[in-house]
Amino acid sequence: MPDLGLDVIFKGKNAIRLLGGLGIALRISLISVLISIPLGILVGILMTFKNPILKAVLRIYLEIIRIMPQLVLLFIVFFGSTRALGIDISAELSAIIVFSLWGTAEMGDLVRGAITSIPKHQYESSEALGLNKKQTFIYIIIPQTIKRLIPLSINLITRMIKTTSLVLMIGVVEVIKVAQQITEANRNSSPNAAFGVYLVVFMMYFIACTPISMLARYLEKRN
Amino acid sequence: MDFEFIKQVFPLYIHAAILTLKIGILGIILAIIVGLLCTLVLHKKIPILSQLVSVYIEMSRNTPLIIQLFFIYYGLPKLGLKIDAFVCGVFGLAFLGGSYMCEAFRSGIETIDKIQEESALSLGLSHNQTLFYILLPQAVSISTPAFVANIIFLLKETSVFSAISLMDLMFTAKDLIGLYYKTVESLVLLVFFYLIILLPVSILGSYVERRVRYAGFGS
Repeated sequence: MPDLGLDVIFKGKNAIRLLGGLGIALRISLISVLISIPLGILVGILMTFKNPILKAVLRIYLEIIRIMPQLVLLFIVFFGSTRALGIDISAELSAIIVFSLWGTAEMGDLVRGAITSIPKHQYESSEALGLNKKQTFIYIIIPQTIKRLIPLSINLITRMIKTTSLVLMIGVVEVIKVAQQITEANRNSSPNAAFGVYLVVFMMYFIACTPISMLARYLEKRN
Repeated sequence: MDFEFIKQVFPLYIHAAILTLKIGILGIILAIIVGLLCTLVLHKKIPILSQLVSVYIEMSRNTPLIIQLFFIYYGLPKLGLKIDAFVCGVFGLAFLGGSYMCEAFRSGIETIDKIQEESALSLGLSHNQTLFYILLPQAVSISTPAFVANIIFLLKETSVFSAISLMDLMFTAKDLIGLYYKTVESLVLLVFFYLIILLPVSILGSYVERRVRYAGFGS
């Protein structure tokens, strides 16, 4: 059995430090999700309005955010804001800004999709039953939309968690950075630490994301 | 905006874009192959293999590419598997993309009712005819949106390769920002090059999507 470097994890505070690193990534994703879900709902509802200017503006916002790799957006906000606007935004704050913008765009599109996927006969039937526009929305459309949206937005959370691993690239000390530090520090005592440490990081993300995506799939199947 | 500087570093970006594209295309082709194989294994319900494929899909879908790359690039060599960064990038993309492609293909196969096959057979079509005229067109049509979305997703994911010190577009931009402090120019070029890569794919993708949108007609 070759030395897999797994013992490094249990040395000193290494395990706690790794968890702390994951915690920072999770905190960024949680804050971004909490911001993007309400904003995304708003954007999604606005996109179903007939106003062409509003539609065009939102469409452009959505397309720009969604076509650019998230890392490019991170670079633009993190490096660009300092240079262009002369303000210094911390790496963590720029991550939250970028992931909220991205999450809002994604959520907005999900909401728009969910609302427009409600068949027309639902509107017509409720009108035929004598419900007014407001009642139709509150009692017929929104409940059906929410049912479709819940699994999709839970999925967005796992995507957010996976995407926040990018903050490493703008220098946030999160789980990979901690893993790098641990492997560097133990280079002499256990040269194979890289294997064990990165395996543990891999499993940590796996354990963090799998239950959430399983929940999403379960809810989707039940619908 | 310093246009002299832009002119100077333009070739660097072209170089980087070619590298990004090379890894992207190779990785996506491999991902499609992996995806097809996994779909086959899952569809035929081959014992043991299909359990392994399910585990692989969960692993690949629930971890970020950057972590997968770090594990392949820094972790695996400790077991004696030394891979160079380029190959590692392609493998990483294939590892990630394979599961996404598999899900896209499977959604196509699984949503077609058995009644379609039975009706085709009872109308006197042969098995091959049923497959090529009835089943595959519908499967392709249903899978295409997810397939196109996956290709764009994988091309975007190539941006993390700078983490394993490949000289891709992100690496070049970061390097130039650090070296010359020309942040705005470097970022503009970065966005420009990603648009050149991603816009045509996105436009072509939505065109293809519209062309094959014939399944579910009348429903």
